[in-house]
Formats: sequence, structure tokens, C-alpha cells
Amino acid sequence: MTAMFHFIFVPLTLGLGWLVAWFETRYACSGDARYLAMARFWGKLFLINFALGVVTGLTLEFQLGMNWAEYSKYVGDIFGAPLAIEAMAAFFLESTFIGVWMFGWGRMSKKAHAAAMWVVAFATNMSALWILLANGWMQRPVGYILRNGRAEMTDFTALLLNPYGWIEFFHTVFSGWVIAGFFVMGVCAWHLLRKNQEDLFKRSFSAGAVFALASSLLVAGVGDISGVNVAKNQPAKFAAMESVWETQAPAPYTLLTFPSLRGDGNAVEALKVPYALSLMAFHSPTAEVRGLNSFAPQDRPPVLPVFLSFRTMVALGMLFILLSGAAVWLSCKDLLGRYPLFLKIMLFAIPLPYLAIQLGWIVTEMGRQPWLVYGLMRTAEGVSNTVTPAQVWLSLGGFTVLYTALGIIDVWLLAKYARKGMEA
Amino acid sequence: MDYAKLWFVFWAVLWTGYFALDGFDLGVGFSGWLAAADEQERGFVFSSIGPFWDGNEVWLVTAGGATFAAFPPVYSGLFSWLYPALLLILFSLILRGAALEFRGKVQSASWKGAWEFSAAFSSLSATLLFGVLFGNLFRGLEIGPAGYSGTFAGLLNSYALLTGLLFAVFFFFHGQLWLSFKTPDPVAGRARRLAGGAWYALVVLAVVFIAASYASTGLTGNFMVRKSLLVLPAGVAVSLVLAKILLARGAPGRAFIASFTGIVFFILTGFAGLYPDLLPSRVNPAFGLNVYNSASSPYTLKLMAVVVAIFLPVVICYQAWVYRLFRAPLTAEELRQSGIY
Repeated sequence: MTAMFHFIFVPLTLGLGWLVAWFETRYACSGDARYLAMARFWGKLFLINFALGVVTGLTLEFQLGMNWAEYSKYVGDIFGAPLAIEAMAAFFLESTFIGVWMFGWGRMSKKAHAAAMWVVAFATNMSALWILLANGWMQRPVGYILRNGRAEMTDFTALLLNPYGWIEFFHTVFSGWVIAGFFVMGVCAWHLLRKNQEDLFKRSFSAGAVFALASSLLVAGVGDISGVNVAKNQPAKFAAMESVWETQAPAPYTLLTFPSLRGDGNAVEALKVPYALSLMAFHSPTAEVRGLNSFAPQDRPPVLPVFLSFRTMVALGMLFILLSGAAVWLSCKDLLGRYPLFLKIMLFAIPLPYLAIQLGWIVTEMGRQPWLVYGLMRTAEGVSNTVTPAQVWLSLGGFTVLYTALGIIDVWLLAKYARKGMEA
Repeated sequence: MDYAKLWFVFWAVLWTGYFALDGFDLGVGFSGWLAAADEQERGFVFSSIGPFWDGNEVWLVTAGGATFAAFPPVYSGLFSWLYPALLLILFSLILRGAALEFRGKVQSASWKGAWEFSAAFSSLSATLLFGVLFGNLFRGLEIGPAGYSGTFAGLLNSYALLTGLLFAVFFFFHGQLWLSFKTPDPVAGRARRLAGGAWYALVVLAVVFIAASYASTGLTGNFMVRKSLLVLPAGVAVSLVLAKILLARGAPGRAFIASFTGIVFFILTGFAGLYPDLLPSRVNPAFGLNVYNSASSPYTLKLMAVVVAIFLPVVICYQAWVYRLFRAPLTAEELRQSGIY
């Protein structure tokens, strides 16, 4: 719950920081006041977002111990390390320098001030790296040994170089950049439709468009590698993502699929493309793809949500490439003013990358079920046993109310400042 | 080298860093409004902690993360056994973060008033709860052969409440000293008087706390065995006396540094008394979680010690640089410039 909420606010900061830093650097180097206005405007929106990212991140660190006590005790030896490193190497850096950036306008040189934002942008992305290395370990545990009734770390390098974690990191971070690109374009579209400060918003739009296109392509590229990685390491998750029941070699890709609600097969299966699934899964046309039937029912993830989330996410990813490609082209040719409909679409496209990233998390986390740590510990074994269900519901209810209220205020503030436009 | 013992020291240092730093912004959070008479003056109060509170709270995150990595059973025990207390602390910290961030974003008296109230309330509840939490650590938890058996009401015993009160008064003093040199008059003048008054309450509470610790906890045992540890509580006394003298001589900045070292010595005193326990048991010392039965594997401890040895000095350096950067008191011009921030 907190994790999902945390992830509503964090991804925008992953990408927006780079854009703010870029605008401010152009200002610092050229003295062009237009870039100062842009940096301050986008920086304000960045800050409003950052606040909630930080407070939810703070609580996340403690909830693991509160609700997942058995898990924490069992794997703390290895899982705690990346979290502690994250706090020490990244969280400190971003929280300290965001304060410098916020309050330091009059107290330091232009270049040093811009550098503070580069530090923040770098640190937020580093933060994601350590968290995702931790998550990557849950997906593909490496570098440990079962000893003294717990998982003990034996090889930090294996944890550090776990390809699963790195793939997740790039996939997540790039999709965060897509969110930032679409966010910038959407806000600009709103102003361009109203002909406000057209020069400033066109400049911002084209920066957002280039950023979004590059990151959409990168997400898709890493997504492909990620698919191969899942097929190799977590065949049950891969089978659920594609709703494949029978093991086949070579395996065809089924364009139209719908899993049956009984959870024991597909209700619809039509339009098969031969060899395609084998190609996707292993980059080899004849490779064998394991089906769900080869796993005992208690070892299968919930197929329907994983499958639907995955398909929707991929479709959205394709859409982002198309939209941002069109955006780059239109803004290069300076044709944005002639296509108000396109601007409207871009405005309403702001939530789409958010949706895609949440769906991606559903695939990752639900697809790993019934495991908490893949192949090592089941989810039911990880929960706290001194905590009563009433306490958990109370805390869940409390967090939901608090976060929803703060989330609404935050979005309202974002909208307020986004509409206000730049300081001339 | 015994890494588990080394990690106990790191653990103590991280918590100490948290309380010594976040202590003043918590104190400003709940008592700053007393030194301010109108909206602009409250603007000074909140802007004075603006660049710092976020980085200070990361000390807490790091203390939590380090507990997780170095003493996993302590991490899972502390947070799942004391669930309701921790939950309230988290709610307070979330509300506080939101209040500090949102306050300046809308220019309306009722909006600001509402967030100022939230900030004060949540800062106070976080401070009291941290005090209660540490009071219970000092006193020992109800850990029996079958695990933890305490209740939330049991956490609110008189010793823990006394510790909570001590934390609150200490942070009040610390926070007012911060305002005494970071804000312009008349805010600073009021803060100096408030700090001066709070000092007496602080001294009385500290004496009562020492007596209560002697009477109802095992905290004082280590000091009897190792007399050299007495330098820590002596450090608290010297720091507090110095803080009062410096404040009276019109050097509130130095008085703040003295109260900072006071908190450092105070928290270290507590940890020195706890050693080797992290979560002591009231039922029977054998059931407590200590450095011997709760540490991570030597491999992890060694690795994390290297990480701390590299990053902690770097963090301290750049945080010190930030404090230097913002050392000059706030001015009305700066407050206007920073606008919504």
C-alpha cells in the first residue's frame, strides 16, 4: 500500500530532476533569463512532488519491520544491506541538497546552485538503484547461504551485480523519465492551448518531447531484455504474463487471449503467430516455453491480473513511443499550434505513464506470488506473528486515509502551480 | 576485531546523530510559534529549519536501515512488538513532513494556520513518542521465554512518560536556541527568554531522570563497573551549564552548540547504559536481544562497517557545509525571495 503510494510520487521526481537541472545549467551558462524561469517553474512542481516521495519513503523503511517481521528477521542479513546503503549513499544526498536548492538561491553562485539540482537528480536515481537491487534480490536471490536458521550474505558482489536488479532498475528509472516527459508535455499543452507564454512553454515542450521519446525507446528496449530475463529466471511468472498453459517448443504468440475465470486455462485463444513467443522469451525461434500446467497449482501466480496488467502495459508502452515521436516531430517543425487536438491528447495523456508503471509493479510483484523471495520463502511465512489482524487493518485504514488526503492536496497544489505559469 | 561491538557503537552514533540534529527542528516545530507574534514571524520560524529538517530526518532512516542490516532481529522485534507506538510515530512524521512542505504553498491565513497547527501537534507527538520509546528501551521490555508479551498501555509507564517529557523539554530548549541566532529580532529575543526559562525545567527533569533511572532500570550498572564511562553523563552536565552561561552572555549560537553536545552526551549515556543489550528484557536478562544473539553474520557486519566508514564522514562533511552555507540569520528580504519555498 505505502509502496504503491510511494511509487505514485517518486517516478516523476526520477526524471523531472534531470530536466530542471538541464534548464538551470543552460541559464547558468548563458545567463538567458528564460531558462531561469523554466528551471524555477518546473523546480517548484518537482518540490511539491518530492515532499510526499520523501515522507512515504521514510515510512516504508519501517513498515517492513512492522508488518513483515519474520521476513525481516530471516533475510535481514542480506536484504538490509542495500537498504542501509541506500539511506547512507543516496537518501542523505538528495534530502540535503534539495534543501540547498530550495533555500540557496541567494546564497551561492548560479553554477553551484545548478550543480545542487544535478546532485539531487543523480541521488534520486541512485536511490532507485539500491531499492531495486533489494527488490531484484527478492526476485532472484543470489549470494547467500542458509545458515543459523536464516539467509546470510556470502557474496556482496553477486548482490551488486544481480542482473535482475539492474534490469529492473533501468526499466523503472526509464519509465520514470517517460512520466516526467509526458508530465512536462501535458502541462505545456495546457498552456499552449491557451496561448500563455508560448515561447517558454514551446521550449519546455520540445525538451520534454525529446526526453520522453528517448526514454520510451529505452524502456521498450530494456523491457525486451527484461522479458528474456523473466522467462529464464521465473518461468511461472512469464507463463502467467502471457497466459500460456501448455509447454511448447517452438511456442507461438497468441494475439487474442483471455484466461478463463476458473483459472485453469484460456477461454479465448486465437490468431497465433508461430515461433513468436519463443523468440520473445529466449530470442530463439525454437526454444521451449514452459506453460502453467507444468507448475503445481499452489506454485502458480494469479494469472488474470498479471496477464491483463502485462498486456495493457505493453500496449501503453507502444502508444508512448508513437505519441512522443509525433511530439518531437511537431515541435521540431513548430507545428504544435496547428494541431490543438494533439495538444489535448497530450494533456490527457499525463496519467497514462503512471498507469503503465503501476501495472508494471503488479506484474512484478503479483507475478512472483506465491513467493516473497522467489523459491526461498513464501509470502505467508513472512508476515509478523505478534501483530494482530486488527492492528494491521487499523494501520492500513489509517495510512489509506492519511495518504489519500495528502495525495489529493498534493495533486491540487501541483495543478494550482502548473496552471499559474512561469514568473515572467 | 569484534564487528558486532563496533556495530553497537555505529548504532548508537546514528541514533545520536538523529536526535542531536532533528532535535532542534522538532523543537522548533512544536514550540517555535511561541516566539512568533504574527504570520511573517512564523515565516521566519519555519524557514529557519526549511533547508535542514529533511536531511536531518534521514539520520532516522539510516538508523532504521542500519538496524535492519546489522541487527535484523532487533529491527523486526522493535517494529513489530511496539507496533502501535511506531505506527503513531510514523503518522506524526508523515503529517509533519506534509505540514512543513505545504504550509508556504498557499497564501492564506487559514491554510497556513492549519498547517502550523499540524506541524506543532505532530512534532510534539513524535518527540514524546520517541521519548516513550527510548524510556522503554532503557527500562527493558516484557520479553519472556515465549517472546514479547507487553501491551501499548504498558509502554506508557511513568518512567517512559518521564523520558518523553525530558525529550520534549530538551528539544524545546534546543529549538529555541536555534531560533535565538537564526532569526532576526524580535523573534530571536523572545526565543532567548524562552530558552532561558526552559533551562531550569530541563535541569530539574534531568536530575529526576537520573534518580529514576537509578531506581527502576539497569541503566546505571555499566557506569558502576566502568567508571570511565561517567565522562558521558558528566559531558551532559558540563554542556548544559555552558549553554546557560553562553546564552546569558549573549552568544546564542555557541549556546546552541553546547546544547547540541548536551544531547549527544545524553543519548550516548543512554546507549552506554544499555550495552550490550539493544532490546533488554525486564523479565530476565537472558531473554533480551543483545549484540551477541542478534547481530548479522560477520561478513555482512564487516561489509556494512566499510560502507559506514566511507559514507558517514562524507555525509557529515556535506551536511556541515550546508550548515555553514546557511549560517547567517534569515532576513526579511530572503524570506520574500524564497517565496513559496
